[in-house]
Amino acid sequence: MYQKFNLKISFFIALLSWGLYAFSDLYFIQYGQDEINPLVADLLPNIFVSTFILSVLNYYRSRIRKAESLNFANLLWRIFVTGLITTLIALLIQLIFYLFTDHPMIKQPMLINFLYHILVALVVIYMISTFVVWKRLILYQKSKRLLQLWNFFEYGLFGGLIILGVFRDLNDQFLYFLVIVFTILSFFLAFNLKWIAYLSFGQKLKSILLILLSGIYLFNFYLGLSQFSTHGSLQIDLLDSLLIIQLFIFLFIYPAITVLVILFNLPTSSVVERKLKEAVEFQRLSNLVTTPESEGATYRHLIESAMNAVLAEAAWIERKEEDNAHSFILRGVTVDEVQIIKQSLSTGYVNKVMFMRAHGEEQIKSYFSFLQGRYQSAMVLPIFLENRQVAALVLLHGVKDAFNLDLVNIVTTYINQISAALLNARLLRKTIQNERYQEQLKIAKLVQKRLLPDELAHHASFDIVGLSKPTEEVGGDYYDGVQLTDDKYGIFIADVSGKGTSAAFNMAQMKGVFHSLTQLNLSPTDFIIKANEALGKCLEKSSFITAAYHVIDVTSRTIEFVRAGHCRALQYTSKDQKAQFLEGKGLGLGILRNKTYDNYVHAQTIDYCSGDILVLYTDGIIEATNDFGVAFGEEGLRNSLINYVGMSPKEIMKGIMDELYEFTSHKMVEDDYSAVVIKF
Amino acid sequence: MAEAYCELVIEGSIDASSSIHLENSLEQVILEGNSVLLINMSGLTYISSAGLGAFISKLDIINQRDIQMIFFQLSPAVASVFEILGLGDLLDIVADKETAIGKIK
Repeated sequence: MYQKFNLKISFFIALLSWGLYAFSDLYFIQYGQDEINPLVADLLPNIFVSTFILSVLNYYRSRIRKAESLNFANLLWRIFVTGLITTLIALLIQLIFYLFTDHPMIKQPMLINFLYHILVALVVIYMISTFVVWKRLILYQKSKRLLQLWNFFEYGLFGGLIILGVFRDLNDQFLYFLVIVFTILSFFLAFNLKWIAYLSFGQKLKSILLILLSGIYLFNFYLGLSQFSTHGSLQIDLLDSLLIIQLFIFLFIYPAITVLVILFNLPTSSVVERKLKEAVEFQRLSNLVTTPESEGATYRHLIESAMNAVLAEAAWIERKEEDNAHSFILRGVTVDEVQIIKQSLSTGYVNKVMFMRAHGEEQIKSYFSFLQGRYQSAMVLPIFLENRQVAALVLLHGVKDAFNLDLVNIVTTYINQISAALLNARLLRKTIQNERYQEQLKIAKLVQKRLLPDELAHHASFDIVGLSKPTEEVGGDYYDGVQLTDDKYGIFIADVSGKGTSAAFNMAQMKGVFHSLTQLNLSPTDFIIKANEALGKCLEKSSFITAAYHVIDVTSRTIEFVRAGHCRALQYTSKDQKAQFLEGKGLGLGILRNKTYDNYVHAQTIDYCSGDILVLYTDGIIEATNDFGVAFGEEGLRNSLINYVGMSPKEIMKGIMDELYEFTSHKMVEDDYSAVVIKF
Repeated sequence: MAEAYCELVIEGSIDASSSIHLENSLEQVILEGNSVLLINMSGLTYISSAGLGAFISKLDIINQRDIQMIFFQLSPAVASVFEILGLGDLLDIVADKETAIGKIK
């Protein structure tokens, strides 16, 4: 907004100044000399031409913005176009002069001066616009000191010299001194040519051409001005102005030095171009770190970048994928050639890398290898992921000794970027996968919860509750209770070895076996023997299940049970108000998978009375430890039961669990734990 | 009396993650062709069901190859785990190494 306003104002003032300059000059030519003070007649046009110059400067200063590496050529092009237009108009004026050189009209000082005014405008526009372009280029990547120096130069030139130009009554020696000072300054400033380094070879040639053309324009303008000057009938001669002379000097010096420097820089431009390309490639690869692509795409980026950076003629990447399969990305070589090259290298680090046997902390002797055939040299670099080699990058060249350590360093930085990108992508994939697993586990947890009974079969003479808590999402504990006959009830508790998902699968099998066998109304002994037989066929070798099966006969008020390696049940007898663990031998299911197992099955029968309590549980409860590593133990369980014997099974369960949590200070119990409380 | 035996010393606690080492060691001493395995349990502080599974998974091959496996010097906690599971009757468990050596056939 401000810039637009500034441009308009500058343009307007420039136009006005020029008009006033031309008008006042012509006016004084026509009427001036006698009536008006000669000093005023001289001063006024000079002031107007000065404001014209300054407003043109202001116009171009806001018109031509900061130089960026992308617009150097545009800036030079701008000089060329401005120069072309102004020169064409100037040539037209010169042509008029040439054609009508003998015409009486052309002798008119009015006309001569008016044409001169137009030429002045053209010269000023061209010189100032060129000056601002050079300023932008000189100040590209400026330092503070350079900026100070330039400001001194610019303000000195336009401020100081205009004032001097207006009051031209100074002795000549001082003016010469000033010219020398500003010329030296011009030289100093002219050597700020950083922008040249960013030109490509083609751009450099184009720049030389454009600058030479701009020099020709300038020379042409100078000729035009001096032609008028020698003509002699000028009221105000621009070439008398110290500012214009100094501008001419500067505008000749800078392009001359620029052309020379560009010429000398031509041979090294390929190196600079390569360096620039390296930086660009590096940035491209860096982007991969934050926006992961597929591994294949990432490796393709690497091979392109590396080939560009080291000017390789051919290359390949061999990579080991996550399923250990090897795949190739080939550029300019065939699979057969790759195999031949690989086999030609019998030893050394290069061979090791090619065959994916390098590891991260190795001492590296050489990355290079001589080859026979189409390609004479190879550069071989490993790509590591968490210290494991996952890929090998091989760059090939038709010339012997084409690669060096500098190139290795460049490609290594690329590889580091790629490794980071690959690692990021992998972590992201893992996170997503983990989340999916978590989701699956949540489902598994729900499914397992449904495998445990909501309610256990019960009878008027006994009440029963069960509870099970896996330590992970799912666990291996199982309990159940069914009615077998009118007066018999089967109560079962089991604990699969291990924990987590594998235990959960076996728990599901256990449930299947339990429900199949309870159909047969078997005695506890037969039940356990059959269960062992069935499980022996489906459990893996290292898995076993501890279980206990109880058949409650509500008519005879007896419990017949077999303990198959499971924790001893706790029985409370109301008659003597004592709680004791039921002794008896028994071997876990799945430990012996043949007939000899039958010898280890021992059934027992106990009586019960009203008020008696039976607590079945898994080892998670008695093995739960407190902060000192002390287990809750059978005693802990017995003592807590005693506290709640008068209550309902539900309350007893709650009481025991509360005491257990209090004992462990509410920290996680490390194993799955379950309990069934039966009260008669 | 030939006293050619292989003594396996178990130390620390065996849970689901460390049981794999136990299983590997057992596998190794069985494959080596030892006919007598003395399992020194004096340093074992805790064994989980997965740890017991490591022994149980080898019972078959030990029977097939007629290997004598004797456990000795169990801590009371470990002995109680073995006992509850019913392994007390199934396996040879003795008080100390002398007794174990004495039992070698």
